[in-house]
Amino acid sequence: MTRDTILEVRNLTTTFTRAGRVLPAVRDVSFSLGRGEVLGLVGESGSGKSVTLRSILGLSRHYGTVTGEVLWKGRDIAPMSERQLRTVRGREIAMIFQEPMSSLNPLLTVGLQLTEVLKAHTDLGRTERRKRAVEMLDHVGIPSAAARLDDYPHQFSGGMRQRVMIAIALAARPELLLADEPTTALDVTIQAQILDLILGLAREYDMGVLLVTHDLGVVAQTCDRVAVMYAGRIVEEAPVAPLLSDPRHPYTMGLMRSVPEGVAPRTSLYSVPGTPPALDALPMGCAFAPRCPSASAQCSAADPALSRLAPGRLAACHHPVSLAKGDAA
Amino acid sequence: MQSLAYIAKRLLLMVPTFAIVMVIIFLLVRLLPGDPAIAIAGDKASDADLAAIRERLGLNEPLLVQFWLFLTNTLQGDLGRSILMKAPALGVILDRLPTTAFLTLYAVTLSLLIAGPLAFVAALNRGRWPDAAIRAVFQVGLSMPVFYIGLVLLTFLAARARLFPVGGIGHGFFENLHQLFLPAMTIALYTSAIVMRNLRASIIEVLDAEYVQFARAKGLSSRLILGRHVLRNALISTVTLLGLSIGNLMSGTLVTETVFAVPGVGRLMLEAIFARDYPLIQGLTLTFAVLVSAVFLLTDLVQSWLDPRMRLT
Amino acid sequence: MTETTLSLPKSRSRLGLALRRPGFLLGAAIIGFSTLLALFPGLFAPYDPNFIDYTAVGQPPSAAHPFGTDMLGRDAFSRVIWAYRINMQMAILATVFALVIGVTVGALVGYYRGVADMIFGRFVDAIITFPFLVLVIAVVAVLGPGLINMYIAITLVGWVYYARLMRAEIIGQMGNDYAAAGLVMGYSDRRIIFRHLLPNAITPVIVYWMTDMALAILLGSSLGYLGLGAQPPQAEWGVLIAEGRNFITTAWWLSLMPGIAIVLTGLGFSLLGDAMADLLRPRG
Repeated sequence: MTRDTILEVRNLTTTFTRAGRVLPAVRDVSFSLGRGEVLGLVGESGSGKSVTLRSILGLSRHYGTVTGEVLWKGRDIAPMSERQLRTVRGREIAMIFQEPMSSLNPLLTVGLQLTEVLKAHTDLGRTERRKRAVEMLDHVGIPSAAARLDDYPHQFSGGMRQRVMIAIALAARPELLLADEPTTALDVTIQAQILDLILGLAREYDMGVLLVTHDLGVVAQTCDRVAVMYAGRIVEEAPVAPLLSDPRHPYTMGLMRSVPEGVAPRTSLYSVPGTPPALDALPMGCAFAPRCPSASAQCSAADPALSRLAPGRLAACHHPVSLAKGDAA
Repeated sequence: MQSLAYIAKRLLLMVPTFAIVMVIIFLLVRLLPGDPAIAIAGDKASDADLAAIRERLGLNEPLLVQFWLFLTNTLQGDLGRSILMKAPALGVILDRLPTTAFLTLYAVTLSLLIAGPLAFVAALNRGRWPDAAIRAVFQVGLSMPVFYIGLVLLTFLAARARLFPVGGIGHGFFENLHQLFLPAMTIALYTSAIVMRNLRASIIEVLDAEYVQFARAKGLSSRLILGRHVLRNALISTVTLLGLSIGNLMSGTLVTETVFAVPGVGRLMLEAIFARDYPLIQGLTLTFAVLVSAVFLLTDLVQSWLDPRMRLT
Repeated sequence: MTETTLSLPKSRSRLGLALRRPGFLLGAAIIGFSTLLALFPGLFAPYDPNFIDYTAVGQPPSAAHPFGTDMLGRDAFSRVIWAYRINMQMAILATVFALVIGVTVGALVGYYRGVADMIFGRFVDAIITFPFLVLVIAVVAVLGPGLINMYIAITLVGWVYYARLMRAEIIGQMGNDYAAAGLVMGYSDRRIIFRHLLPNAITPVIVYWMTDMALAILLGSSLGYLGLGAQPPQAEWGVLIAEGRNFITTAWWLSLMPGIAIVLTGLGFSLLGDAMADLLRPRG
């Protein structure tokens, strides 16, 4: 935890309006990330983790209202214009998306989509850019890279397309990578390869990674620290080992119990009862209270603040549980 | 080579379609009550003329033989003789065709110049007042019949303000740019309403696409994103739309040529109808069908050239 | 990226959304009033549309004649009002037979497929190879100009478009389990087609019908203008515009006013059609 902070998000709130209804997708989210650190952002679909990621780079503001601060190396990039943001996007903070199929432009060659980043962010000449593009493709594990520069995305397999997207994102050597469920759309066998690739490159470039996923298995393998999101808020944040061994928020515990690992055969799978609340019908107090086994009257009256339980451990709960102490089943 | 094979395949697929096209055109005249020979030659034709026509069309033969004669004659370029023009129908049509082609291309160019920028403005301001204003204007445009658009332009810009001629054509390319401006504009206003609507929708769709989000995240300039990533995708849908609306466009041309007295094939069609010049009507109907098919084929080729996913093998 | 769960009762919220469109009320008002004019033109028109007054020929708009008079001294305003009768009737008569024939043929070839469907497919290809207007006026040319023949011509060409749409919808619906369920239950073909498939497949056809009504008015008045549809002295907007055409330098209002009636009515139909499409389209 002694790494210097490069990204600090403060009170980030993103709201969409659909058919006259106000939908708070992200509510008052704050967290920070150190240089070279891998932070996991975990939650069910609709919990706001993807929107948080997109709001950091200013991609959400075309669709809704974003407030709060995004301090990138001490500078607030949230209020920046599109033109100012261009010096950050792709050059200092890069992003990769979930669907490698729809995230690459089907009409443009892979080479063009790679070199256009280099053209935007480096002084390299035309031939140098092509040379660098081949190096990048080679580096992310595309066989006979030079020959594939003029191919179109549909000529690649899903895993290879994801590698291409990583090559494009990392071409300008960013210091932080925002990865939005980068392995969800891939076959299980390919998933591990892509995660290894991302982590290897992160180490090589001393690059931070903010990894959005709904898969606790991925988190356990890759992250240094984890933040758990529920209904647009961070409900728990901790280093990965203690979080997995001793979750403090009832929701985190529910998530962990729904992962079928180390469970005796033939026991029925646990799932958190109920469904997440609709964004336009959030309950008064804690959004998780209606599904929470340890909820009290206090929980439905007041939304608990994210507060420190121990060094490095935060949770937003009136009644934090603890497996270590054994006061929860 | 591949594209040549593709064109050959497409042309082959057109054969059964055109067989039916020929049947329709053939039956059109046979459906007439009374003697087709009189219909073709006119009421004032002499008995000798009528006999000659019966002989040439084989009207005394069974229907299938007549169709075979009609088919073989047509394939040899013999569309019959125009009663109105007293000349071979094919020659009359080919004479008028360049004017219509010029007018149509002129109109398509104008409609893209009108609809393209406005569709971009509307899509980029989606849900705000510029979008609402542009859409409202084009909504009204969609409700206007072509002949009325033409007549309004004619009344105010030609007859009253005398900025443009009221009709006819001139000589040479540049003179006709001025001479045919109002007719072209008439067709363009009508076409651009359809183009604007579709182009706006496809731009919005592309703007929301993940690859445009990714392009933004890459730090590309808005100009590059619009010009390279959005425009090219929107272009494909516009080409498709224009290709599919070619029939519509020709209907518009036909009416417009009538309003502005432009001597193209559209006006010729109406002249033929009022003169009951059946060989010419048949020939023109066939000409329109051939033109539409050619444009459909061209659209396919341009599409596969623009979209790598549609390139064959 | 934003999975917004809209969990209101589906039908009510969609109806509400469609009705709340600013265009819907305007469209409904225009079409409602147009229908009133078409049914009772005598209540709104100050004069007989064919009353010839040689003492008032070619007059500009005035209090007595709001749209002026034509070259025979007929009141232009009354003629525009009476024309509602013919032009509104076009929206129905030029489309409804095509709708019925198209839906029936489309449902049958879509359900039975086979040789009939193959021939139908080629036939559709051939028909869409002609510009719509060209084929319609070619048929009118054969039948002779006039309102009835115009309806016949538009129907002869227009049903193909309904049939094509219906066929595609039926084939789509047949992929659903309930069609198979009907087969297993041993229902007759007629019952499966008309009781089970048709009600589910017809929505897009109805939406198309709404837009086609607007097009029918535009097409009908165009043919009237060209001299192939309604014939003078019938009061029809296209005919009225054609009658005024020769006087556009001196009496431009004669052509301008009937055109405004066309634009308004067309606008009404297309606004209503858009609202209907929103209302009926699944997952709008």
